This record gives sequence, C-alpha cells and structure tokens, in this order.
Amino acid sequence: MAIPSHLPQIQVASLLALYDGDVRARRRTLWLALGVLAFCILVAGQVSEIDLPKFLTNFHSFPNYILRIFFLESGAVVFSDVAEWFWGLKKWLLHIGDTLLIAYLGTLIGALGAFYLSFSAAANLAKSPTRRFIARRILEFCRTVPELVFALIFVVAFGLGPVPGVLAIAIHTFGALGKLFAEVVENIDMKPVEGILAGGATRWQAIRFAVVPQVLSNFASYGLLRFEINVRGASVMGFVGAGGIGQELIEAVRKFYYSDISAILLLIIGTVILIDLGTEHIRRRLLSAETGR
Amino acid sequence: MKHNPPDLAGIRARHPHLMRPDPTSRLVTIGVVAVMVALAGFALMRLEFSFARLGSGMVQLVTFLGLMVPPSPGAYALLFLHALAETVAIAFLGTLLAALFAFPLGFLAARGVLGGAVLRFITRRFSDTIRGVDTLIWALIWINVVGLGPFAGVLAIMTSDIGSFTKLFSEAIEAVDHKPAEGILSAGGTKLHVLRFGIIPPVLPVLLSQVLYYFESNTRSATIIGIVGAGGIGLHLAEMIRTYEWDRVAFIILMVLVTVALIDFASTRLRLAVAGTRAP
Repeated sequence: MAIPSHLPQIQVASLLALYDGDVRARRRTLWLALGVLAFCILVAGQVSEIDLPKFLTNFHSFPNYILRIFFLESGAVVFSDVAEWFWGLKKWLLHIGDTLLIAYLGTLIGALGAFYLSFSAAANLAKSPTRRFIARRILEFCRTVPELVFALIFVVAFGLGPVPGVLAIAIHTFGALGKLFAEVVENIDMKPVEGILAGGATRWQAIRFAVVPQVLSNFASYGLLRFEINVRGASVMGFVGAGGIGQELIEAVRKFYYSDISAILLLIIGTVILIDLGTEHIRRRLLSAETGR
Repeated sequence: MKHNPPDLAGIRARHPHLMRPDPTSRLVTIGVVAVMVALAGFALMRLEFSFARLGSGMVQLVTFLGLMVPPSPGAYALLFLHALAETVAIAFLGTLLAALFAFPLGFLAARGVLGGAVLRFITRRFSDTIRGVDTLIWALIWINVVGLGPFAGVLAIMTSDIGSFTKLFSEAIEAVDHKPAEGILSAGGTKLHVLRFGIIPPVLPVLLSQVLYYFESNTRSATIIGIVGAGGIGLHLAEMIRTYEWDRVAFIILMVLVTVALIDFASTRLRLAVAGTRAP
C-alpha cells in the first residue's frame, strides 16, 4: 500500500510492516479470547440447562405476565380503580416502614462495629500485623457470605420476624463498611496523629482527636450509601421469613394475586428511588461541607 | 535547659475559634445523634427485640456452630459440586447477557453521544426502575415465565444487571476524552466513525473491567437465587439449613467462599491484563 508521505518509501515500508505485525498480533489475541469465551458460553449453557426452543415458545408469557399484573381480578385495568388496586395500602405502608427500620437498624449496628474494627484493619493504625490480618479476614468473611444466607440461619436460631433480618443485614454491613472504612483510614494525613502521639496521647485519644475528624464525613457518606443498598436488601428479607415487605410480595406472587404484585412492586420501587434521592442529597451536602472547610 | 510551659492562655486568646467549639455546630451534632438514637430505640421496640429472644437465639447459634464442625458434605458431594458449577454458570451467562444488552443502552443513556434528550431520559428511567427491583424478585417473576431451574436464574441476573450496567456504562462513556472525537469529526468522519474509533477504544477496557467485577459479585447473588427455586447451590443450602444438617451447611458455605475467592483472583488478574495492555 502506498501512503502519501514525506518520508522515503523504504522507511514507510518498514514502519507499515511493523504496524501490520502489531495489528495482526492483536487480532490473533482477540480471536483467541473470543474462542475461549465461546467455549465458556457453551459449557455454561449446558450446565445451566438453557433450552432456547422452550424459551422462545414461552417468551410471550413474560410480557403477558407483566401485563397481567396491571389488571384487577375483575379484568379492568388497574388505573381504572386505584382504590381497589391499592386496597392494602395501609398494611403495605406499615410493612414498608418496617423494612426501612430493618435497614436503618442493620446499617447502624453494622456501621458501629465497622467503625470499631476499621482502625485495627487499617495498615497505618493497626497495633500489629497479626491483629490486622485477623480483622481483615473477619470482615472478608462477613461480606462474602450473602446476607440472605445469614438470614436463613438466624431465622432458625432467633425465630421468624424482623430480628434475624436486622442481624443479617448488620453482619453484612459490618463486613462491607469495615473494608471501606479501613481504606478511608489508610488514606488520612498522618501528621496530626504523629503530633498528638508525640504529645503523649493514648491510641484512642489519637483516634478521637486526630483520625475521626478527618474521616467522619467519608464514613457518613459510605454509611448512607450502604443504607440505600440495605433498603433494597431488606425488601427481600421477607422471602425467607425475616420481616418486612418481602413476605407480602412473595405471598402475592405465589398465590397469583396479580394486581397486588404490581402495587407492592411500585411501592418498593418508589421507596427505593425516594431513599436514593434523599441520601444523595445528604451526601452531596456532606461533601460540600467537607470541601468548604 | 529551661523547659517552657506552653502559653495556653495566649493561644486561647489568639485562636478562639479553634479552642472553643462552635455552639451551633455542637448543637447540630447533639441533635443528629439524639434523633439517630431515638430512631434506633423506636426500631428496637417496633421490631420486637428483647434480651430474652437475643439470648436464647445466641445459645442456639452457638449450638449450631458446634454442630458445623467438622464441615462435611455427607453423601452429597457430587450433587453439591454440580450445583456449584450451575451457580457459576448462572453468574457467568447472566453477567454476559446483561453486558450485551446494556452496551447499546449505555450509549443511549450517555449525554452527547447518540440520540436526543427524550431517548436518554427514557433509557435512564428504565434502568432506574430495573435497579429498584432486587435480583431475587426478578427471579420470582422469571420463574413464572420459564419455570423453576437455573435458566430463570440466568434471566434474573441478566435483568437486574442490565439496569446497573446501563448506568455504569453511560457514566464511563460520558467520562471519555472528547479530543479524539473532535479530531475524527474535523477530518471528515461521521458520527459512526466517532463511535468506532473515538469512543469505543478508550471505554472498552473500562467496561470490561466493570463486567469482570460484576461477575464476581454475581457469583454471590447466584448462590441465593436458588432459595426461591432459580437454580444453583442456594436450593441445597436452604434445604440443609431447614433440616438442621449443620455440617453440610458449613461445607456448602466453605465451597462458596473458596469459589468466590478463586473468581475474585482470576477476575483481578484479567482486569489488570485488560487495563494494563490498553491503557495509554
């Protein structure tokens, strides 16, 4: 290929050859990666019993189902009789309130634990590498096991109701926030800590006066973000009998109370979006307060 | 050498705002803490927490922990392994399908790339709505469509991740440097050329790394969707918990932990490789 250039043809040719070789090597890698990917897809499709013909013949029931949940038992569209559609509004709102309380209490307990352990898990403040290692493994365990698994076990131990839900969310939050908090602590300016320690302070005095002021707004911001996630998590706790709106939802789905499904789903989505907006507003104000200082 | 005590009174006089806390900010702090404590107290009462219940639950929990040692699969080792493979396959296919669908949606939802404000608004609300519904709820809905089994799980993970990916992808696309795009336009390229040569090359590694990250977290989600009957290890886990087979419960949890750790390790390596070779 001839390219208009100010360089002598020979030089251009060698550059082109280099370029072609580079492109060819990248293409080869790409094809190899795609081949591996295709192989993985085939194996995964086998293992997860994907049956495309069955899916295609049944697919029409997905839009049908979505449509069906927007019709009342009488066959009328839900919007025609909102009072009938939201007949259980009072009960559902109470359950939504419980869901929020579960998320709040779980976040609070988890965050307090994470606050305490994050200083041991942070590289710059840990008393010893062994303690740090143990703290990190505990946090890792708590956030890797899904909260619903904790909820299942706690339901057996503590009985049905919101108590196991709160505890499950608290444990998961403890693990997730502990890691984030420790990362925040690792990024602080160490000069105040050194100063206060040189002045004869104890470890907890140093944390109170040199570390906490630096990290508090970040901690609060992460805590609010976690609350947002936990509201979503608490909405399904009822699936395993651990309290909240999930119980009502799974009953409606299992018993084919179609219009109830859409009503409860809309309540959940609305609540989640409201909480998202609210926490985002507070977080933005926290961040601006931080930068304005 | 003479030791000089610090001139505390002088320091107080020179920096009053540092030495005496601002009364309004202190009031605000006390108010916020009081509200939080009051709300927590209300929640404790409303959700029927009691020392008796917590105490007896703790005793039960300790008993269970004792029964968990040593973890053992009993006669079900092969069954559990197959279910675990199913879980990983669900997470893998769900993540992949979600990424495929979210790729075009991400461009639609990004400011100033494709389409107008109306399309962008619709795409964004669509993704917000999808994200407001938990994976487990999607699993329940899909079970009604394709029946019990892992396929419903794949579709559930796919649906809930389409929402998250659309949001993440559009943010990555918006953050891309505009200079290459301007260069292509000024050299006479079309919008399609801009997409192919100005936007996709810089965002692809970012998107790939997000997808890999989600693969790991979806493996964890895939372990629980079995609880409602959407395939994978969750079904066995829930069953073993309900029948008090604690050594098997411990075995399954350990299996999941090891698998998640392996996938985490592999995806971190892959992410480094992807970002490392393509980064400018």
